[in-house]
Amino acid sequence: MARHQIELYIHIPFCMKKCYYCDFLSGVFDVRMQKAYVNALCTQIRFESASLKDCEIISIYIGGGTPSWLDAEDMATIMNTVYDSFHVTGDAEISIECNPGTLTADKLSTYRSVGIDRISIGLQSANNDELKELGRVHDYNRFLYTYDAVRKAGFDNVNVDIMTGLPYQTIEKLNHTLSSVALLRPEHISAYSLIIEEGTPFYQKYKFDDVKQRAGMETEALPTEEMAYKLYRHTIDFLTSKGYQRYEISNYAKKGFACRHNIGYWKRTPYLGVGLGAASLINNCRSSNHTDIYKYIDIAEKLQRQEFIDYDYCSPFYDSFEKLSRQDAMEEFMFLGLRQIEGIYRSDFYDMFGCDIEGVYGGVLTALKNKGMIGMSEGRIYMTDIGMDVSNQVLPYFLFDN
Amino acid sequence: MDQSKIRNFCIVAHIDHGKSTLADRIIQMTGTLTDREMQAQVLDNMDLERERGITIKSQAVRIIYKADDGQEYIFNLIDTPGHVDFNYEVSRSLAACDGAILVVDAAQGIEAQTLANVYLALDHNLDVIPVINKIDLPSAEPDRVIAEIEDVIGLEASDAPLISAKTGLNCHDVLEAIVHKLPAPTGDPKAPLQALIFDSLYDPYKGVIVFFRVKEGTIKVGDSVKMMATGATFDIVEVGYFGAGQFFPCNELEAGMVGYMTASIKNVRDTRVGDTITHVSNPALEALPGYKKVNPMVYCGMYPADGAKYPDLRDALEKLQLNDAALQFEPETSIALGFGFRCGFLGLLHLEIIQERLEREYNLDLVTTAPGVVYRVYKTDGTMIELTNPSNLPDPSEIDYMEEPIVDAEIMVTSEYIGAIMDLCQERRGQYISMEYMEETRALIKYTLPLNEIIYDFFDALKSRSRGYASFDYEMKGYMKSDLVKLDILINKEEVDALSFIVFSGTAYERGRKMCEKLKEEIPRHLFEIPIQAAVGSKVIARETVKAMRKDVLAKCYGGDISRKKKLLEKQKEGKKRMRQVGNVEIPQTAFMSVLKLDED
Repeated sequence: MARHQIELYIHIPFCMKKCYYCDFLSGVFDVRMQKAYVNALCTQIRFESASLKDCEIISIYIGGGTPSWLDAEDMATIMNTVYDSFHVTGDAEISIECNPGTLTADKLSTYRSVGIDRISIGLQSANNDELKELGRVHDYNRFLYTYDAVRKAGFDNVNVDIMTGLPYQTIEKLNHTLSSVALLRPEHISAYSLIIEEGTPFYQKYKFDDVKQRAGMETEALPTEEMAYKLYRHTIDFLTSKGYQRYEISNYAKKGFACRHNIGYWKRTPYLGVGLGAASLINNCRSSNHTDIYKYIDIAEKLQRQEFIDYDYCSPFYDSFEKLSRQDAMEEFMFLGLRQIEGIYRSDFYDMFGCDIEGVYGGVLTALKNKGMIGMSEGRIYMTDIGMDVSNQVLPYFLFDN
Repeated sequence: MDQSKIRNFCIVAHIDHGKSTLADRIIQMTGTLTDREMQAQVLDNMDLERERGITIKSQAVRIIYKADDGQEYIFNLIDTPGHVDFNYEVSRSLAACDGAILVVDAAQGIEAQTLANVYLALDHNLDVIPVINKIDLPSAEPDRVIAEIEDVIGLEASDAPLISAKTGLNCHDVLEAIVHKLPAPTGDPKAPLQALIFDSLYDPYKGVIVFFRVKEGTIKVGDSVKMMATGATFDIVEVGYFGAGQFFPCNELEAGMVGYMTASIKNVRDTRVGDTITHVSNPALEALPGYKKVNPMVYCGMYPADGAKYPDLRDALEKLQLNDAALQFEPETSIALGFGFRCGFLGLLHLEIIQERLEREYNLDLVTTAPGVVYRVYKTDGTMIELTNPSNLPDPSEIDYMEEPIVDAEIMVTSEYIGAIMDLCQERRGQYISMEYMEETRALIKYTLPLNEIIYDFFDALKSRSRGYASFDYEMKGYMKSDLVKLDILINKEEVDALSFIVFSGTAYERGRKMCEKLKEEIPRHLFEIPIQAAVGSKVIARETVKAMRKDVLAKCYGGDISRKKKLLEKQKEGKKRMRQVGNVEIPQTAFMSVLKLDED
């Protein structure tokens, strides 16, 4: 019997220090807490596997936080639990997020030995003043050292994260980062625009600038909208000229190195998320785990002691659960799929929903095409460059009136 | 019922002088309501009335009072609105009364609306007894106010009750004054029926509930009655009188009584306020003199935010009109806003109240265009049209000249703000008439002002420049020839009909410039540049530009967290829903009211 293919996301919510712009679920915790968490995480992996016996894992992504901040043995424990609980395909892509300053040769060799074959390094900028502004723990040299160690350890699929739209960023500064990174020829580059998120130190510092930026007004530290657009555009042009193919709004790869795990998200491949606050898409249901680390660990410990736990959804780790309607699924298919540069295929829509896309979105597609926001060719529907630039304005059209 | 034991009266006052509080106190003291049932301001039973502390609708209540002479009296208290916009409501209520209590604030004394309301009451031949309220305030000066009432109005006030409606102090004196100083109704219960409609209410179960005062004859359940003006006939299902916020059915109402009737009346137009009810057999020879007819002075367009709600808006307006004779509306269409109504109001407060009632009581989301007055356009062919919608202004080549409505304004103000208020009136194209000191510290300023200049925010400006010490009343004077132009707004080169307005040519440039600035703030950025222009005829007099949006992309989208992404998109979509599409520009609905806010800075 053919197994259902799923992806696995593992969340490691620990950092050496929280960056000023970061609103991901992560924090600074001591080793004792880390051990307790790893134990809880493994408990969830085992628990969830029981109801996914007929699935095989085609990719794993270990994200954070800073997964590389964990001890090598903890990572080995986690991965071995995965192998014990699930069938992982032989060619599975297994990525881990790392930050410069947290990696050692020892850790890297452990990663290799447990099957991790893709390393993602958070650089963000090659300019030390910008790294300091962002609250990163490393400088550029430390990144180079890490990158070298990763290559020496034999990893041949490496991603580097960079950011655009930073305070006071100029084309020259961005260009320095871009060319410094391109010089090293990583297989993959992710280039994100800075987003000022509520609840972060950056929000306190830049919330007014952020509003001004979005209103198209003059700003103080953040780039104006016009400038942010230029930075974003320059990134696309520069990386494309260096042989990187942009396959999603913020992701670039050498041929054959697009991140399969990520693509799965845009294509709505089912995935299981384990760990604090991690989200899942299983059987057309979206769920997410508890976000309180004490609660999360407590649930796992109760499970281990086989104590009674009262829970509402199909897993005690779930904090929220939503069964997607057919319309929800269609909406997602569109607004996630169109983030990919190649767009979506009409045939995929038909296969998934059993009806023609024109019958559902015909009017919207025509209107957006007339506005120059989307293009169509050979059964494919994709956003134009302009459409992509303002995708937040375009994608809402695919939501149904409720 | 012995007519001599009935008193039909109302309470008149300047806004905030404590009219509703006194009404509540009277109701409470006569035991109509127990203390526990007493909710502040019983008669103001619309949410809106309580919140704003004003009375919009007339309300009536029947009270049994056992007087000091040992006799029981029936009081029919009819509450009247205090704001200048609602003079027509006051006049309707007054016609149903035989007397009036004039409430004057012991600290503030006579205000503009005190005068207006007293004169209205005297016009209706009502006996007026003054009452000095709020004597518990530290700033109360009852002696000064008594002197003022005698000097300015000419009413005997030396024995006026000095009360505090809030604490109940001396309120008993008011009840006794009602018994002894106000007249009992007259009228023959056996004469042919004449009952005057002074208000009505639509009830989904009973149909129209008609409020009336029986002047002559007797009205009974089962009677066949005729509306003398509309000619409609009905068989009466129920008659009764008013409790506090309730209806009490009874068998009949005789001459002198105030009450209500229902007769399964479905068509709101059949029972016009001011009409006379009589019997089909043995009808009265003539109708009672109708109420003073009041014409709308301010017009604006009202459109449902959701075009599909047009029939709902029409139904809601029809129902409101039943209770509100002064509300007028007729269908109109706008290129920008679709199908809606051009509605006529007594003033801006009236407009706001109708707008809020439509939104709250009928759950309608409205787009309202800038209010305007009724202009007279004299055409070269010798005809004249009354213009209520700027879009209908004829081509300038067909216009000989135009006239705009003007009002006689009376502003009462303490002496230190006289200069500021006169400046304000000058700015608003006012013509100075006179100024007289009522006493050493207060003066009555008279101006002639274009109505157009006072409908937007004059009242607010007046209050802010006088720190709340000025009070204002106005009365239509007539029309005056004026140099007026139509100011058009072009958004992305397309004229937006709903944003056009008529303006004095001397202020057109200033208004146009401010309008463009305001709209620039209101209109969100689009994917293309949007010019906003103000034009008079074909001449552009002001311009602003909404810059194009270049980048709006959620770069970081952590794979698993799809719900967050969707929420963001939903928010975007919600925002778009509140927009009006004009050409390919989306205009927020609030922008159509921008002209109201031009003077806010």
